[in-house]
Amino acid sequence: MTEDALPLPALPACPKLSRLFRLQYESVQEAWVLLYPEGMVQLNQSAAEILRRCDGRRQLADIASELETLFQVEGIRPQIDALVQEGVRRGWLS
Amino acid sequence: MAGSAETPAPPAPPPGPPLWLLAELTYKCPLHCVFCYNPIDYGRFQPELTTREWVDVLTQARALGAAQLGFSGGEPLLRDDLEELVAEAHRLGYYTNLITSGVGLTEKRARALKDAGLDHVQLSFQDSTRELNDFLTHTRTFELKQRVAALIKAHDWPMVMNCVLHKHNLPHVDKIIEMALALGAEYLELANTQYYGWALQNRAQLLPTRAELEAAEAVVQGYRERIGNRCRLLFVVPDYFEERPKACMNGWGKVFLSIAPDGTAMPCHNAGDLPGLDLPNVRQQSLASIWRDSAAFNAFRGYGWMQEPCSSCDEKEKDFGGCRCQAFLLAGDARAADPVCSKSAQHEQVVQIVRRAETPQPISQPLVFRNDAESRRLSAARTIQD
Repeated sequence: MTEDALPLPALPACPKLSRLFRLQYESVQEAWVLLYPEGMVQLNQSAAEILRRCDGRRQLADIASELETLFQVEGIRPQIDALVQEGVRRGWLS
Repeated sequence: MAGSAETPAPPAPPPGPPLWLLAELTYKCPLHCVFCYNPIDYGRFQPELTTREWVDVLTQARALGAAQLGFSGGEPLLRDDLEELVAEAHRLGYYTNLITSGVGLTEKRARALKDAGLDHVQLSFQDSTRELNDFLTHTRTFELKQRVAALIKAHDWPMVMNCVLHKHNLPHVDKIIEMALALGAEYLELANTQYYGWALQNRAQLLPTRAELEAAEAVVQGYRERIGNRCRLLFVVPDYFEERPKACMNGWGKVFLSIAPDGTAMPCHNAGDLPGLDLPNVRQQSLASIWRDSAAFNAFRGYGWMQEPCSSCDEKEKDFGGCRCQAFLLAGDARAADPVCSKSAQHEQVVQIVRRAETPQPISQPLVFRNDAESRRLSAARTIQD
């Protein structure tokens, strides 16, 4: 594998939220948040919908098709890949 | 809560929710650390809240929006109702952090805390060597901490190790990192001593030189590049070596709410040392009114309280003028710019303190260990000088 040659590092086939993080809805913030030791990240709606589906069972394609149906849009796979990549970089996903 | 139809508009927009609740369950502690950040006069924060009162605090804060909850102290394991409070916090939906020295964390209590839903344990170490760990805490706790670290891993908690850094252990930072890696910590907080309270008493002995600090930082950076995400290394430089102040508490009364053992509510855990601040108590007032309306929580909210150079500074929204406690301790005025800032008229003081650390000084006083006798002595004197 020559990772340098690829535009993106390999993404997990079935991304899974790390056990160090907890995803929950906070009604006061009206937002989903990621909670981890002594920290919290507020998520926007699309990030939250993607991360909620990162259960280690769904494939990226499954997540994309579910969200395309939910939001009645097409071609959101690149957006999902980008967020998953960022999630891997930050240690949220593996 | 409308009083009358003609209630005047509030002067500032209402504050956002207190996202972070620090529950300082007790100031009792088996350790006697020379850099303890508890108030010097910790004895006055009594009597401690009962279990029921704490549950009420947790419930109120959760309703206000608090999501992160730290159980701290002193040593929170000295409270035998810790498991009960964790269970209640878990039920309320908090992410629960136990911030501990490890003393008192037995297999039995670890299991009970796991069952109660505790999310994470932060374990403090004072050094990678038994000699220094035990000397700085005035205890024999080094091996115990190693056992507790194994217990934390056995219960599958994420483990943050915290090591307060200063002149004496900065040269061991590589060994401290190796220890954290060997014990399986997911995060290592290398927090340089900040000079408040007990640490301020010991500043002459604890403040490193700039070269010592930079050498340690380079070691940390080298490890970061090698270990990647395996363990996140946080290295917090002492304020005194900066040119701009930290955004202390992310802004006064903005996201952080600390409750002292007796129910005193504080916008920062050092706020008890600020003069003229009438700190509210959960025994007398609801948390909502404390957070939104109390004079103490509004004292440094927004920008109206600022003096020059802060009030016209284009960075004020970034750092909020720095730390109010440091402004008071160094400039004698809690409304002044934090003297760490190079724009402060008092900045030269900080420069001089750092410069003095460059030349070995004859030791003029022994290290002051945090204990009841020293607390009484210092509280009686209450003169904090260079």
